Amino acid sequence: MLVRAGVALASALLILFLAVPLAALYAHLSPARFAHVLGSAAALDALRISLVTTVCSLALTLLLGTPLAYALARASFPGRAAVDTLVDLPIVAPPAVAGLALLFVFGNRGLAAPLLNAAHARLAFTTAAVVMAQLFVGVPFYVRAARAGFAAVDRTLEHASATLGMGPVRTFVRVTVPLALPALAGGAVLAWARALGEFGATIMFAGNLQGVTQTLPLAVYLGLESGDLDLASALAVVLVTVALAVVAAARALERRAA
Amino acid sequence: MIAVAARKALRDFVLDVELTFGAGVTVLAGPSGAGKTTLLRIIAGLVRPDAGRVALGETVVEAPGLHVPPFRRDVGYVFQEYALFPHLDILANVAFGLAARGVRRAERERIARAWLERLGLATHARARPATLSGGERQRVALARALAWSPRALLLDEPFAALDAATRERVRGAVTSTLAGLDIPVVLVTHDPGDVAAFAAPVVRIERGRVA
Repeated sequence: MLVRAGVALASALLILFLAVPLAALYAHLSPARFAHVLGSAAALDALRISLVTTVCSLALTLLLGTPLAYALARASFPGRAAVDTLVDLPIVAPPAVAGLALLFVFGNRGLAAPLLNAAHARLAFTTAAVVMAQLFVGVPFYVRAARAGFAAVDRTLEHASATLGMGPVRTFVRVTVPLALPALAGGAVLAWARALGEFGATIMFAGNLQGVTQTLPLAVYLGLESGDLDLASALAVVLVTVALAVVAAARALERRAA
Repeated sequence: MIAVAARKALRDFVLDVELTFGAGVTVLAGPSGAGKTTLLRIIAGLVRPDAGRVALGETVVEAPGLHVPPFRRDVGYVFQEYALFPHLDILANVAFGLAARGVRRAERERIARAWLERLGLATHARARPATLSGGERQRVALARALAWSPRALLLDEPFAALDAATRERVRGAVTSTLAGLDIPVVLVTHDPGDVAAFAAPVVRIERGRVA
């Protein structure tokens, strides 16, 4: 009896701890004020930058992450375990560290600076830098999920496809991807959500310029710093709402994958 | 004709055979783990032998320094657990090989439907494999392997996954379908009942060698 009461109390406390701050975000603004703030130039710029950059980083995630996930699931090659670890690393490494690391390579005095200068290109503190920071922190979520999804596809089905005249690429497109699709979609949703919420690496590597590199989380931070609490909370509500939708979607996809 | 001479080290022994299969059914019999499935997979190109040569008719598909991949061999294969594509309906499963050949959609469906008709599966065209019984799945696998007109057909324990009563029933449909083919058909089985059911030449394999 005492144990059950203790479990209930601890659970209730934790649920309140998680729910009350989120509810407070929603309660801060009246709907009318929310709509008004969301229509401001700073908010619209942040929404636009976040949308454009996360779409770009998601495209790169799928394009570059899918082949690697497939190789990790199916091929055996030297250093496979090391690559596996490397891919997981950004999930646990602090994003600020990722931002610093990106600066060391792609910054104005970074390792790749001679190449970039020769091409008259600049990456740090541009919109492209935002995309790179998001890719860095988000892609591991996709590769992990896709690797597991590919590994779960019965190889006999791929063999069956081959004995019916389908080459490796067509087998991948017609058999492997459709069967791994719930896992791929789940991973893509998580990677996109991580990219949308990305803050630390972005502010170090891309800065906080409205209309260029200022994404939603950066605008929330700037709103708080400059005393525009209404802007901060309106954008925070947008981010939390998206996050709730993402969690629901990921759950649904997990159920389909299982 | 299939001409195969292959050597492949397996866990406990070395598969080492030299065989020729003419048109019509040949039963490849022997106890489980004798190397029969490995031999089929070598013919299909799914496994590379340590040494050897495989020819399908005039075409050499496996030789030292040569490995034609399975999708370029034109060999139909019925897998032990059927390996039907769970995300496709029965019609799309049967039409799969025709799609690989670039046959147009209407023609694909016509041929696939004819095969389903022939094997008594016409009403299941739009069903998913998971909704079919074991015996029905087995016939879908056979229709799928034959619909794209391969130049040889390999069947790996086609009845092993069925219960005894279904096995008796399905054997009839399979024997009559296979009897009408003029391509080499190699049927692997460890079941003496299968050997008796097919009035066909029998090759016995034990511990990797022709017994």
